Amino acid sequence: MAESKLAAGSKIAAPPRGLPAWLEIPLGGILVEPGNAVEYRTGSWRTRRPIHDPARCTSCMICWLYCPDDAIVVREQKVVGVDKDHCKGCGICARECPVKGAMNMAEGGAY
Amino acid sequence: MPRLIGLTGDGATAEAMRQIDPDVVAAYPITPQTEIVERFAEFVADGLVNTEFVAVESEHSAMSACCGSSAAGARTITCTSSQGLALMHEVLYIAAGNRLPIVLINVNRTLSAPLNIHCDHSDSMGSRDSGWIQLYCENVQEVYDTVIQAVRIAEHPQVMLPVMVNLDGFVLSHSVERLELLDDEQVREFVGPFQPVVDLLDLEHPPALGALVAPEFHFEHKYAQWLATDGARAVIEGVGCEFGERFGRSYGLLDLYRLEDAELALVVLGSTAGTARAVVDDLRERGIRAGTLRIRCFRPFPADEIVGALQGKKAVAVMDRAGTQGGEGGPVFGEVRAALHTRGVLLPVINYIYGLGGRDVPAASVARVFTHLGQVAEAGKVDRAVNYLDLRGWN
Repeated sequence: MAESKLAAGSKIAAPPRGLPAWLEIPLGGILVEPGNAVEYRTGSWRTRRPIHDPARCTSCMICWLYCPDDAIVVREQKVVGVDKDHCKGCGICARECPVKGAMNMAEGGAY
Repeated sequence: MPRLIGLTGDGATAEAMRQIDPDVVAAYPITPQTEIVERFAEFVADGLVNTEFVAVESEHSAMSACCGSSAAGARTITCTSSQGLALMHEVLYIAAGNRLPIVLINVNRTLSAPLNIHCDHSDSMGSRDSGWIQLYCENVQEVYDTVIQAVRIAEHPQVMLPVMVNLDGFVLSHSVERLELLDDEQVREFVGPFQPVVDLLDLEHPPALGALVAPEFHFEHKYAQWLATDGARAVIEGVGCEFGERFGRSYGLLDLYRLEDAELALVVLGSTAGTARAVVDDLRERGIRAGTLRIRCFRPFPADEIVGALQGKKAVAVMDRAGTQGGEGGPVFGEVRAALHTRGVLLPVINYIYGLGGRDVPAASVARVFTHLGQVAEAGKVDRAVNYLDLRGWN
């Protein structure tokens, strides 16, 4: 839809680009592809953030096991950090971490 | 060859369901719909249909089972009345929002309290914004014909919405009328096989239905649903026309009777239209130019068609067999008046609330509405917008 002259001078932000229009959405809200929770970025919910300290972390995988959003990033069997798009800052990783100081919650959602 | 029989509205509904032979019927009996479920359960027990009959423990479960079976690609029918429809209420929205083409036959009965098993439209009017297509029938023949058409309307690829067929409790459900019954083959050929758009049992492309939708998507979903509902008008007319071409009885969104040259117009839903026709004939013999507009399709609301039919009349009375507690007049009145006003057609329009809880609607009472309408037409303005027909102590 073409932007109207009214909208051009408006202080109200234009709708976000990239999201599908009504006619591009599958009928009845049906999900036609599996595994699309990856697309659902829950990171914007975050008001506190976990800070990972690799010097103290033993990669015991307790945080990875407990994270409800699969947001603990693991490479070559080592915890390397937090997925910023999906960590919603619930703090379970820091609470369950058996090593003092390996995962610390900080105020504020932005990294 | 079609054959002529005498049958009640409930009996005609059960016959139509037998001939459609749906994959699943999940229903719970409630007066005055009980006879439909009883008869259909007998068809199942006698092996006359291939239907999986789910004897559920409530109407909430009935509609929930219908949603599941329809989503799994099964042609699904249910029926209810009054409190039963009210108990289905939250699931009605799920059926419509998930675009499941379920057919529901609702035998109109008032809602408690006071407890009453007789006819008015308060049950289905309570569901008018649930996203279901709503058709209201005038007689037993139309009930039978409309149940058959409803399957085609609901399952049309451009519609994919549930359809509610309404018939007046006892007035139609329990009155024996002349019915032209089609052959089983004719009905099966007309409805054809169900080709589901959504099929949860598609193992090649397994989908998920009913997932959480975030604020970024919800509004777009509802808009798509509204547009499909609006677009259903053309499909309802098309299916009604095709039915007429095959079987000799055509149906549309509205049913106009002696309205073209009428000065006084009565707008009405359901079986009362039959009484109104007789009154119109009587008035015409006495030189009064009266006519009726029966709204067959209330959802989607055919606003343009109604305004087109009422334009140029001197005065209009809208009959509502339901009230809106705390609103101004009944639901049909509100929408007809708004449609006229929005299109700049400023006619005097009055409302009559009538027939609540099964109060009889004799011809003499409908004639009194026309008498009032004549006075409004003469004065050129509305004296009192909301009126109550045959209500003791009100005048």
